[in-house]
Amino acid sequence: MLNFIDTVGEAVAGIKDGATVMIGGFGNAGQPFELIDALLECGATDLTVVNNNAGQGDQGLALLIKEGRVKKMICSFPRQSDSWHFDAKYKAGQIELELVPQGNLAERIRAAGAGIGGFFTPTGYGTMLAEGKETRFLDGKWQVFETPIHADVALIKALTADGKGNLVYRKTARNFGPIMAAAAKHSIVQVSEIVPTGGLDPEVVVTPGIYVNSIVKVA
Amino acid sequence: MSIPTNDQASVRTIQTSETPLGRDDLARLVAKDITPGSFVNLGIGQPTLVSNYLQPEQNVTLHTENGMLGMGPEATGDQIDGDLINAGKIPVTELPGASYFHHADSFAIMRGGHLDICVLGAFQVSATGDLANWHTGAPDAIPAVGGAMDLATGAKDVFVMMTLLTRDGASKLVETCTYPLTGIGCVTRVYTDKAVFLTGPDGVQVRETFGCTLEELQDMVPVPLRAASADGS
Repeated sequence: MLNFIDTVGEAVAGIKDGATVMIGGFGNAGQPFELIDALLECGATDLTVVNNNAGQGDQGLALLIKEGRVKKMICSFPRQSDSWHFDAKYKAGQIELELVPQGNLAERIRAAGAGIGGFFTPTGYGTMLAEGKETRFLDGKWQVFETPIHADVALIKALTADGKGNLVYRKTARNFGPIMAAAAKHSIVQVSEIVPTGGLDPEVVVTPGIYVNSIVKVA
Repeated sequence: MSIPTNDQASVRTIQTSETPLGRDDLARLVAKDITPGSFVNLGIGQPTLVSNYLQPEQNVTLHTENGMLGMGPEATGDQIDGDLINAGKIPVTELPGASYFHHADSFAIMRGGHLDICVLGAFQVSATGDLANWHTGAPDAIPAVGGAMDLATGAKDVFVMMTLLTRDGASKLVETCTYPLTGIGCVTRVYTDKAVFLTGPDGVQVRETFGCTLEELQDMVPVPLRAASADGS
């Protein structure tokens, strides 16, 4: 069921304590700052957050971590020059980290949305990130079994939505948006523009509206 | 690219520079060695310099793992657009013919063997091409892997760019990596300030040296070295 919602606050109001929340973005590109600010405001805590990074600077995901709302991060690249809020929580033992190679992170998210129960991948074989995981020799190489990552909610930034919830993105801000929209039970998308049904060329739609539940326009 | 077998009869004189190579000279050399028409991913840091020396006639297409083929040079001034960045989160530009795709597709490009070459930095490379470049293993270090393992495993050829020696003078080309591994047997070439090495299951060959002879190089490196055959490009 697709809903067009007036404010980011209403859009995130249903997110509960303990939820697993996928947040789109690679660094700041595609990060849905307005939705994250609203999530911070609504007070949900004990969250497991799935994102490529663990926040940078003093905005968005970094603030959610700073305020202690995030119990666990599932990401590929938490440590950056300006990831001080994550760094402090991690060193204090106040946040759990599941570190996942970036392509495995993407494919595990994709698998969840595609109904795949798991897959074997060569990435990470023989490294500490594959310790304890099932391995098989397939297709001429050793591969590691990886499982899907599901989520209760995805927060995504796209450029334009039409009346059916079809989405297009902008440049490298697309990144995790399409696969997270499919993987989460409930996808909340902030867009810069909403056009009438028929206003997007079906040939250029990136995320079909079937994956989208809530759309909110932000300035 | 297969590692050529050693043929003593065709060994060439391999010292090609009187002095060790600087970072830019090394980047120029890597750029020159990239086969025309290749699809290439340049890692964060020193490998990024390679893009400064790729020639238009090489028709090389750059991939960035955050979802783009046809990446252009770093953006400046009015070109800077927060929605258009590279894997190092630096604003870049798009070239004609560029394409965007989501993250799962981007890593399918790597894992699926579609990428010809990736160029990565390294802490250590082993004699058989194991790579360690993501984690020092220090207990207080916050680990971050990004796309390093995917690149190391997926690209057809993995070139490493690094200084040969650590600040303490230890060789980064080692018998066995002591840092946590990124990938096993994945590195095919190692470009350093002092030499270009070809790595593979048969051990390490030296294609050329800079500012030292093969004998002097051998004194710095704890793995057996032999000169590459003349056709080992």
